[in-house]
This record gives sequence, C-alpha cells and structure tokens, in this order.
Amino acid sequence: MNNIDALKELLYKMADDQLIIGHRNSEWNGLGPILEEDIAFSSMAQDKMGQSEHLYNLLNQLGEADADTVAFTRNAPQFHCSHLVELPIGGYDFSLIRHFLFDFAEYLRFEALKTSAYQPLAQVAKKFFGEVKYHTMHANTWVYQLGHGNEESNSKMQESLNFAWNYALGMFEPGPAEEMLINENIFIGEEALQAKWLEVVIPLLEKSNLVIPEQSSWAPIYGGRIGNHTAHLQPLLSEMTEVYSIDPSADW
Amino acid sequence: MYGNAYIDPNEKFSSEEETPELVAAFQARIDAGEKIEPQDWMPAMYRKQLIRMIEQHAHSEIIGSLPEGTWITRAPGFRRKLALMAKVQDEVGHAQLLYSAAETLGKSREDMMNDLITGKSKYSNIFNYPALTWADSAVIAWLVDAGAIVNQLANSKGSYGPYCRALERICYEESFHLKYGHDNVVHLATGTKKQREMVQAAMTRWWTPLMHFFGPSDKASVHSDTLMRWKVKMASNDAMRQQFMDMYIPKIWDLGLTLPDPLLKKNIETGLWDYTEPDWEEFKRVINGDGPCNAERLAVRRMAEENGKWVARAINNEEAEHVRPFA
Repeated sequence: MNNIDALKELLYKMADDQLIIGHRNSEWNGLGPILEEDIAFSSMAQDKMGQSEHLYNLLNQLGEADADTVAFTRNAPQFHCSHLVELPIGGYDFSLIRHFLFDFAEYLRFEALKTSAYQPLAQVAKKFFGEVKYHTMHANTWVYQLGHGNEESNSKMQESLNFAWNYALGMFEPGPAEEMLINENIFIGEEALQAKWLEVVIPLLEKSNLVIPEQSSWAPIYGGRIGNHTAHLQPLLSEMTEVYSIDPSADW
Repeated sequence: MYGNAYIDPNEKFSSEEETPELVAAFQARIDAGEKIEPQDWMPAMYRKQLIRMIEQHAHSEIIGSLPEGTWITRAPGFRRKLALMAKVQDEVGHAQLLYSAAETLGKSREDMMNDLITGKSKYSNIFNYPALTWADSAVIAWLVDAGAIVNQLANSKGSYGPYCRALERICYEESFHLKYGHDNVVHLATGTKKQREMVQAAMTRWWTPLMHFFGPSDKASVHSDTLMRWKVKMASNDAMRQQFMDMYIPKIWDLGLTLPDPLLKKNIETGLWDYTEPDWEEFKRVINGDGPCNAERLAVRRMAEENGKWVARAINNEEAEHVRPFA
C-alpha cells in the first residue's frame, strides 16, 4: 500500500460514513417526534450528503470514478462505513444517541484534519467543521434535555447509549496503512482520535445524567472499514440505488 | 403544497351575537384592504373557516411530505437526492409555519394534530394517491406544487395577516420546488425510452387528481360568496383550475407528453379550456376516506405521533431541568 492508497482509504471511510448516516437521517422525514426534529434531521442529512459528495469528488481527483458512480453502484462489501451508521433508525432515542456519538467524532476528526498536510482535505475539513459544529450543538441540547426530562426519557436514552456504545467505539477501527498518514501529518490516526472523543463525550454524557458503560464491557465492533458489514447495509444500498440502477448511463 | 379547503355546504354561517354593525365595520376594514390581525374582532365563522383552512393547509404539508418522502431514499444521484431532501424539508417547514398561523386563531397544534390523526380534519385529497415511481415524484414536484402556487398566491392576498405572511414565504419556496420538478420532468421526458415511458405513465395517473385538486365547481355556493367577500377565499375553484391549465398544459404538451382527456383544448371563443369533468364521485369518495392511500397516510402520521409521545412528555415535564437554547 502506498501513500495514495492510504489516503484513499481514509477518504472512503469518511465519505461512506457520511453517505450512510445521511441516508439514515433522511429516513426521519415525516416520522420525527415533533415537526422541528423532522426538519433538523433533514438539515443534518443534507449536510452529510453534501459532505460525502465532496469527499467522493476528492477521490475522483485521485483517479476514482465520479461521485454518483461510486455512491450508487457499489455493493456492501465495497463500502468502508462503520457498523454504527448502518444500523436502522430505530426509535428517536437511538437515532439521537447515534447522532451524538457520531457527530462528536466527526467534529474532532474534521478539527484534526483542518491542519492536514493534504491540502485539499484540509480545505474541506475547515468547511465541514463549521457545519458539524451545529450538529453537535443540536445533539448535545437534545441528549441533555432527554437525559434530564423524566424517568422514561432517561431510561430510554440510557438503554440506547448502552446499545450504541460498542458500535461507536467501532468507528475508530484502525486503518491498515494509518502509520503512513500519521508520519506524513495527513491524519492523526484513529487511536488518537478516539482518545480525544472519549475526553469530550464522557463528561457531556455524564452531565446529561447518563452512565457510561463499564470500561470492562467495552468491545469495539470492527469490520466495517474492511468491508464486513451488518445485514442492514445491503438492503439500504438496494433501496438507495433502486432508481439509479434502472439505467446507470441515463441522465437522471 | 395545497389544494383547496373543503367547505361543508350544510354549515350554519352566522351567529346571533354578531350585530350587523360589528359585521359591517369588519367588512369595511376588509374592503379597505386592511389585514385582520389575531387580536382584532372577527365573526365567529370567519375565525372558524380560517382555522379550518389554515389547518387543512398545514395537514396537507405534512401528509404531502409522505408520498414524495418515500423517494428521498431512492433518488437517483446526489443532485436529485439533495434537492428532494431540501424540498420535502421545506414542506414540513411550511406545516410548522402554518400551524403557528392557525394557533393565532386559538386552536393548539396538539388539537390540530389530534384532529388529523382521528380523521376529523381533512387535508388535500391529492395526497391520498400513491407515488408509484420516481417519475410520479417528479410530476408531483412540478404540477402539484404548481397548482399549490396558483392557489396560495391568490390566498396570500387574503385578509388574515398571519396567514398571508406565511403564504408569501411559502410561495417563494414553492417556486423553487416547481423549478426542481420541471427540471426533473424535462430530464425524464427527453431521456431514454424507459424514462419517457415512466414519466408519461405518471402524467396519465396524476391528471385526474390534478383536475380534482382545485375542488368542484363552486359557482353556486352561497358560502363561497361570503368567504370571497371576507377575502378568505380569493378565487373560485374554476378560475384557479383554468389558470392552472392555461399555464401548464402547453408546457406539458411541449415535452411531447399527452394527457388522458380527448376533449382538452383551448376554446378560442371563450378563452377557456374545454375539458371532460373529472369523476367528482371519486373525489367525494376519496375525501371521505376511501382513497387508495388514506388509511396508510393516517397510519404513518399516527405512528409518528404515538412513537414521539415520550419525547413530548419529557420536554413538557415542568420539573425537568431545561437547557437554554443556543440561538
């Protein structure tokens, strides 16, 4: 694996995460617990979708196919997303906790990438950082509110946090060529990112009256970055590509 | 997106406490082009009709987000997916604006939502038809939104201030939806054989619902006269239907698409379109609950309300610690 391959791997996992979480967030259309949350999840879904397109464009500059082809013609084993983003939307409690855990990771990832030695990535990271900041504010407001709301909401949030936690740790699955990116100051690496993330999310969750799962039970769910996925991804992709695949060469 | 409020022809339309003087003074303000604001005196029936109309409009926006919404997860390519997400999000935003406008007349959002899911209040009939293919979502975005603009632009010149202001903003956003829908239909109509077939089939399917969209002929309705005098209703159903046909039939034909009405032509003498009356019995059946998707639409809404109740309970808990909004 050379530098370019290592860089592509980084871009693919980020782009695929954004595409799939954006797709999942968009499923809240018409189903939100209050209208304002329909609207918020749609806004965030649009940002994620736009960010994934940007990242696929960077891959295109490195010789990969164009964004539509890459997003709409691959099958599950060719995707590099984490299991966390593939899971169905579940209840609002799960979608909210996932949004919290995912977006704080994104926020810190883009913050670190703002100073990446790979300039095209540093540039988009600056833009995305500004967008994701609002996603984290939204997540934290709601997690805090529902963590403190009443017993029912607190227990729902706690159960979802317990369920999501190991999946969230799975976001930081180390890449096979990460050393290369770290040495060249392109990316700080997943381990360093996870450490920063724990430092940020643990106090916020505790402030929200939620309990972090016992450290002895932490068992990151890996595999997504190397193409091993949950059973939920392929049906999502089949749905996403249903129209596009009628005729991939057509102008839609 | 919205068609027309459904008016019950048997409804009693005045109340004894409203003296002729009060009503005359109210009418004079409207005739002078003044806007009526929430704190102003208004006849009970004016309030009631407006609540009904704005509420039905709001319901139409959220129910209307469902048939198109199912295509968000299937939209072909980033450009369409992003545009459709933004469009449907606008529709939900319109519902939010409209529920707020209706609340200024004294009915809470919760009550309105409750009346929607129990089937007590109506929404635009057109959303009880299914969007079977991607092309249906394109035709909806172009022509249902076009119809809505005809209706809403007229109503934005009405007499109730909060509704007019909401409609101005809504029309501005709808005009982008229409452009998106048109662009989408143009791509399909000038695309591959398969794409052309899809869009023609969708156009054929949606023609009757589109003709129903503005409601039955209301020439003979006494209520319509009162509502028009009060500037609650700004144009007759027939006038809006004619305006819609005048603006869009030539554009549809320009794309090489056909419409399933052999009588359709512009009458040079009257300047109006000749057309076959759509089946108004079907319209009545569907509005009274027996359309292809009524049950499904309400079931989805009911499920969303049911599943979201715990969130409402938590944020309405007065003893809970509340966060300060960021903005």
